[in-house]
Amino acid sequence: MKLTGAEILCESLKREGVKTIFGLPGGVVLKIFDVLCQRKDLDLILTRHEQGAAHMAEGYAKATGKAGVVLVTSGPGMTNIVTGLADAYMDSVPLVAFTGQVSTDLIGNDAFQEADNVGISRPCTKHNVLVKDVNDLAQTIKEAFYIATSGRPGPVLVDIPKDVSTAKAEFKYPDKVNLRGYNPTVGGNKQQIKHAAEEILRAKKPIIYVGGGAVFSDAADEIRELAEITQIPVTMTLMGLGSFPGTHPLSLGMLGMHGGYWTNMAMHHSDLLIAVGARFDDRVTGKLSEFCPEARVIHIDIDPTSIKKTFHAHIPIVGDVKAVVRQLNVILRSLDGNPAPVKALRAPWIRQVEEWRESHPLTYIQDDKIIKPQFVIEKLYEFTKHEAIVATDVGQHQMFAAQYFKGNKPRTWLTSGGLGTMGFGFPAALGAQFAFPDRQVVCITSEGSFQMNLQELVVAAEHKMPVKIVLLNNGVHGMVRQWQDLFYESRYSASVLGKMPDFVKLADAYGIKGLRAVKPNEVEAVLREGLKHKGPVLMDIHTDPYENCYPMIPAGGAQHQMMLEDPPELKVAKKGGTHKRKVDEGEGVLPA
Amino acid sequence: MEHIISVLVENKFGVLARVAGLFSARGYNIESLSVAPTLDPTTSMITIVTVGDDRIIEQIMKQLNKVVEVLKVVDLTEMRFLDRETALIKVHTKPEHRDEAIRLADIFRAKIVDSSPNTYTIEITGDVDKVEAMISMLQPLGIKDLVRTGRIAIARETTRTASPRREPALLKS
Repeated sequence: MKLTGAEILCESLKREGVKTIFGLPGGVVLKIFDVLCQRKDLDLILTRHEQGAAHMAEGYAKATGKAGVVLVTSGPGMTNIVTGLADAYMDSVPLVAFTGQVSTDLIGNDAFQEADNVGISRPCTKHNVLVKDVNDLAQTIKEAFYIATSGRPGPVLVDIPKDVSTAKAEFKYPDKVNLRGYNPTVGGNKQQIKHAAEEILRAKKPIIYVGGGAVFSDAADEIRELAEITQIPVTMTLMGLGSFPGTHPLSLGMLGMHGGYWTNMAMHHSDLLIAVGARFDDRVTGKLSEFCPEARVIHIDIDPTSIKKTFHAHIPIVGDVKAVVRQLNVILRSLDGNPAPVKALRAPWIRQVEEWRESHPLTYIQDDKIIKPQFVIEKLYEFTKHEAIVATDVGQHQMFAAQYFKGNKPRTWLTSGGLGTMGFGFPAALGAQFAFPDRQVVCITSEGSFQMNLQELVVAAEHKMPVKIVLLNNGVHGMVRQWQDLFYESRYSASVLGKMPDFVKLADAYGIKGLRAVKPNEVEAVLREGLKHKGPVLMDIHTDPYENCYPMIPAGGAQHQMMLEDPPELKVAKKGGTHKRKVDEGEGVLPA
Repeated sequence: MEHIISVLVENKFGVLARVAGLFSARGYNIESLSVAPTLDPTTSMITIVTVGDDRIIEQIMKQLNKVVEVLKVVDLTEMRFLDRETALIKVHTKPEHRDEAIRLADIFRAKIVDSSPNTYTIEITGDVDKVEAMISMLQPLGIKDLVRTGRIAIARETTRTASPRREPALLKS
């Protein structure tokens, strides 16, 4: 039987196991939306902005491991998802975006709502295709899902001209992809893995450095086994959080610019670095020439371009993290079945790391006057019993959350790492909630990030998605203000947000419960009430605009040279009252 | 160091843009570029001349391999290869210079493929040194216009079957 392109698309999505699509209609995709509304087996979540759709699909994909699906129109519909595509590309999120295109006979004529969709998205997608013939549509969709979810995952864009969605073709969903140029390496080189095992057994001060690749490849169990049988401490990148239990005695938490003192010291002094699905990002390494100066490097990654891109690797292993670490564990167990000698060998190293941890733990002082963001996150962590799916936005609150919310499971930490997209958190939380309506999903955000995509509040209200939004409202772009305080003599150029909406009233306008905490003694009650509430909640929590996030490796600084507290001149300024909080009066936060 | 990289790709629209975009997005140089279909009409060969240290060339090779439509990437500089370039050079030919132009074409085994009252158009094929030598010899006569194809290159066949050779290609399995 012949089907229209629109029907082929919907039928193909069903074959790929898609249930939820995030999107927004427009002229050239009307045919597709017309077919979609007649199908009971595909849910379209109508977002209020295409960027929201892209981030929701990302949240959905990050929480489930399946490809998130976006459907938007041509021109502005497509350009509005570019940030989401770029974000997904940086953070290796499997996404399949379907964009409408003007009819094939109009392409290139500057037609209404025409944009060069494949041209614009080329540098921020893993792959993209303009489908010019309806007979190619099913095969293209099959390949799009395969490319998005295999190897190093990423976004794929399929551009469908209007006449292709209306033209008819015989439908048979292909069972094979036909991609002679695409075949990711899965199993690692056996000899290299053996070398790695030998290095691991020999090392006195090893450290496992886990990135997002471990999450995508579902390697949490394998990494835990590796750490436990070899007694090696584990640190995670921002993207890798959750791939090793944050509460495990061997966990060192996050490393890098705002990583723990003990973590970065351990990295700096290590003699063997086992990088697992991580890419030596500049926020991790700091000054490259002084990064891990004594370490031999084992680098396991499915993407060959990640290896030796910024940092050398003595033992590169290209392959799927899960498969490679599993093989590694088999060898390690056969080479040394007895854990006692390993424990003895590692004991001094682990003792050293613990000494660093005890000498400089994460600290903040919560007085009874002004709420500290760290306090809110610690309480939230406690009240959610460490089990919530957490989505964050970008900035100080994100770093505090990464430091204090010690997630134990992969796919429960949704954050924008590589691109650092403010506005990611709330729609991503919604996307995760659509995937898991019964789980607790918390969005940790700030007034700056939240206002970039707050239009999606109505989606939460409409679908009664019980997302808990914890908005750390300090009236400033906190991380920008922190850098200005530290490196620009406290000249707050455009970091003070000044006039602030009343977020409780805003929540009310959208039919959502709004709560507010202004004093430290109100925090617990607000969090408890908010978390207990059945529907979506927006908790507006006024926090200290001058709190800085430490430890901090200044940009370009070496890993072991961290700032641990405010420098003396900043302390004096704060004490002398040149910093005054005036958020409530809507005057912003300015030095007096 | 200069490298000549052969990139076998699917003969589809947009592929060249993806390959070229990869170079511009990551700040790699393209010294010259040539593209044409191969014997198999479904594939094209892109020959890229680029410059970079070992680390950059390794990244270029890996990044090229990562492109879905790229089938095979070979750094010809790692093996014995032949490279050729063709140039069409239009030189001013005052009457007293015509003999010199013909003589130079003869020396370089180039051909005069077009003539007008005031110009000769000379076609020359050879390696880069030869083409550039020809250009510099013709310069005193006055070059009116010049087009070059960019380089194409191909690996030499080994004459001895057992000759030791480095594994040249980053083949996709």
